[in-house]
Amino acid sequence: MIAVKKLVKRFGLKTVLRGVDFEVQPGEFVALLGPNGAGKTTFLRILASLSRPSLGEVKVAGFRLPNEAAAVRARLGVVSHLPLLYGDLTAEENLRFYARMYNITKMEPRITEVLEMVGLENRRHDLVRTFSRGMQQRLAIGRAVLHDPDVMLFDEPYTGLDQDASSMLDDVLKTVAAKGRTVVMTSHDLARAEELATRFDILSRGMITASASPTDLRRGNLLTFYKEALAG
Amino acid sequence: MQDKPITLKVLDIVSLILLGISTYLALVFAPTELVMGDVQRVFYFHIGTAWTALMGFILAAVFSVVYLIKKDLKWDRYQVAAIEVSLVFFFITIVLGSIWARPAWNTWWTWDPRLTTAAVTELIYIAYFMLRQGIDDPDRRARFGAVYALVGGLSAPITFFAIRLFRTIHPVVIGGANAEAEGGFAMTADMRVAFFFALFAFTVIFVDLYWNRIRLGNLQEKVEQLKLKVTL
Amino acid sequence: MAENVERTTKTHTADRGSRTGNFFKAVSAVVWKDLQAEFRSRELFSAMLVFSLLIILIFNFALELDIKTRQSVTAGVLWATFAFAGTLGLNRSMAIEKDRGCLDGLLLAPVDRSAIYFGKVISNLAFMLIVEIIVLPVYSILYNVNLFQAGLLLVILLGSIGYVGVGTLLSAMSVQTRTRDILLPILLFPVVIPVLLAAVKASSGYLTGAEFSEILLPLNLLIAYDIIFIAVAFMVFDNVVEE
Repeated sequence: MIAVKKLVKRFGLKTVLRGVDFEVQPGEFVALLGPNGAGKTTFLRILASLSRPSLGEVKVAGFRLPNEAAAVRARLGVVSHLPLLYGDLTAEENLRFYARMYNITKMEPRITEVLEMVGLENRRHDLVRTFSRGMQQRLAIGRAVLHDPDVMLFDEPYTGLDQDASSMLDDVLKTVAAKGRTVVMTSHDLARAEELATRFDILSRGMITASASPTDLRRGNLLTFYKEALAG
Repeated sequence: MQDKPITLKVLDIVSLILLGISTYLALVFAPTELVMGDVQRVFYFHIGTAWTALMGFILAAVFSVVYLIKKDLKWDRYQVAAIEVSLVFFFITIVLGSIWARPAWNTWWTWDPRLTTAAVTELIYIAYFMLRQGIDDPDRRARFGAVYALVGGLSAPITFFAIRLFRTIHPVVIGGANAEAEGGFAMTADMRVAFFFALFAFTVIFVDLYWNRIRLGNLQEKVEQLKLKVTL
Repeated sequence: MAENVERTTKTHTADRGSRTGNFFKAVSAVVWKDLQAEFRSRELFSAMLVFSLLIILIFNFALELDIKTRQSVTAGVLWATFAFAGTLGLNRSMAIEKDRGCLDGLLLAPVDRSAIYFGKVISNLAFMLIVEIIVLPVYSILYNVNLFQAGLLLVILLGSIGYVGVGTLLSAMSVQTRTRDILLPILLFPVVIPVLLAAVKASSGYLTGAEFSEILLPLNLLIAYDIIFIAVAFMVFDNVVEE
């Protein structure tokens, strides 16, 4: 579903990604772990078509980036640590706006369905400005699944959320992932990653240095794997 | 550290010599203009700097288009160099013009089309550097710089023609049927020598400074590269 | 996998056949979203309007707008007011996109980038025209001049289009810089001088009842500027929003 070969990304003279090879099969949930500044956000922005690769090949949902970006965008849902929502619009109006941008047919029933899924049906007429951080983040997920994407990217979705909000977000993420979607998530939170993901990749200094599945981890837990991968 | 190319060294010296000769021609060789007297002598350098500065600005606009198509930072360095040298040359043009205008028009400054356009052009390219100052990412800085230099480069001539809708008092010396404009004069043969020599000299001086500035830009980039290597 | 893609996208996304249809739909979505948010908060509109009135007040003291001077400076005062108030609106309108990462949201949508540009131009133009439509009668009453002439309104429309067309492009750049709060007027004013010049010339032509042949020249200039700069902005907007 995602195929990245020898991806290099430079900002001016600084090389942030130095030859990333990355492949994700349909239905996989990959947690991309790594320290700050390892290039996780940059990598996700490239997959999301928001940033152009300097070198290398990137294919998402069968389409090449950046040349076939429009086709990728139509099949892609992105949740970042910013909600990408307008504070002066209601939950419903925000979704309606994005529904128009994605040219979604049968808009109204879909919006209701999505609001029910993220548990904000009763707040649909309230301004997003008045929402708590957790509610904004759930609505952001609603926004991202609106057009029923095949691939989803989550960039640090738990940033700034408290325990309750995080576990509510967990439930929503699980529902989203359960529909056979392919998911890539970056996170600092190893415990959450362990609960959700079907594969763990470590991105360190601009390269994927290690990869493990939950079965590999039975011997040790994720934390030791993470520490070893970074040390090695 | 790279040595200065021998051609450039020669050009440095040639530039100095040409500047010397041109100064002699303008201040001593050329006859004193009958009506305006000695102050007319600034005119040779005035035109020399103006002509090269305008060429530089046009070049910068061309580099904008090339950069936006090719996205190679080389063109960005060419552009910055052209604008920087031109900005200084054009400033000299304005100052010399002012010195001339004081006795000729009895004022340091008047809002005639050329003077106003000159002032606006200087402001556009000062804004260009302020824009660049506010951006850290070199690629984005180059992109925004190119876009602004293109918009500015298109707007400046339009400003000129717009102001020209009103009457001008600036003399048209070359090919001007508009001889009744105040301060116009006919050139004698010796004046012509000084005039065309100044044009030639300043073109060479401009090329020399421009080359030096590009070399400086390339060296700067090298320094940045070395710094990055050290920090890694 | 390709079949899978087909199936899932067909359920909710309309046929991608008509690209122009999608383009106009996206433009209108952006405009509608901006107007809806603005009619609720009225932040931008009220700031622009109050600022406009203050500028007119300041001109009143600065220029001693007695009957004689008024005749000659009305057009200049109006356009200076619009230009200053305009930057306030342009800045705010782009800052909203940058605030909660909404610009990324727009860029993630499968629409052409120029649809975003035109959407923002139209909503910025709408805000500017609404402010101008309110400033005009207020100025008319305060200084007892009739500003409601079809010709003058046309000049205001053409001038605002050029101003907003360039302003939207430059504000999209300025909000992405470190000096985002102060940069826009510095970038914008030197490049919109042709618009202001031609607009002032044409406006004062209408106000002093000049011959149409005199007004035609600045009007043509305004139209030419609008076309040239909107075309340029349309071509380079990608470079301003994409990485």
